[in-house]
Amino acid sequence: MSYRVLYFAALRDRANTDAESMDSQATDARGLYAELRARHGFTMGEDRLRVAINGEFVGWEHALRDGDEIVFIPPVSGG
Amino acid sequence: MFHISETAIDTAALARELAQARAGACVTFEGWVRDHNESRSVVRLEYQSYASLAQVEGQRILAEACSKFAILGARCVHRVGTLEVGELAVWVGVSAAHRGAAFDACRYIIDEVKKRVPIWKNEHYAGGESGWLHP
Repeated sequence: MSYRVLYFAALRDRANTDAESMDSQATDARGLYAELRARHGFTMGEDRLRVAINGEFVGWEHALRDGDEIVFIPPVSGG
Repeated sequence: MFHISETAIDTAALARELAQARAGACVTFEGWVRDHNESRSVVRLEYQSYASLAQVEGQRILAEACSKFAILGARCVHRVGTLEVGELAVWVGVSAAHRGAAFDACRYIIDEVKKRVPIWKNEHYAGGESGWLHP
């Protein structure tokens, strides 16, 4: 399936891009993050991240659908 | 209403939006860019946000504040982009009939925004280094 992944903050710096479109066999957020971790060498573990799909927070087991926009959200630091 | 802003925050306009005859209190909070953090000298901050989700989550926090506290209105605006020392990074304003609820709601909103809304700060230090804060 085809996904759009957006990156922010430390993940953006590490991936060296703000977004990428990709084909993947991953069917949930957990599987997709494992694949991206291997590709980009992200050091942040799942325990530090939240997941958003199509602009809403979801769980790591949330099933992905073709065309989804996925964001792995590092600990926030606004304010 | 919650907003992410790429330009300077007009605090006077926001405060006017909160004004109404039933309000006896208005509490505001301003978060400023400070010249140091954890003993390092900071020269500027760069804020990034996942704007669409930040908008939704920020709005959700304001709605929570309205249901938890006896307030009449609430606004919050957070800057993104590059900010110099002394600039206003975030503004929260709450109006209420009485001051207690206004103070409590204002505190609730800024605390939850800092915890939950997808906004990140990159600290630029004297000497040229920088680092994203992921507490």
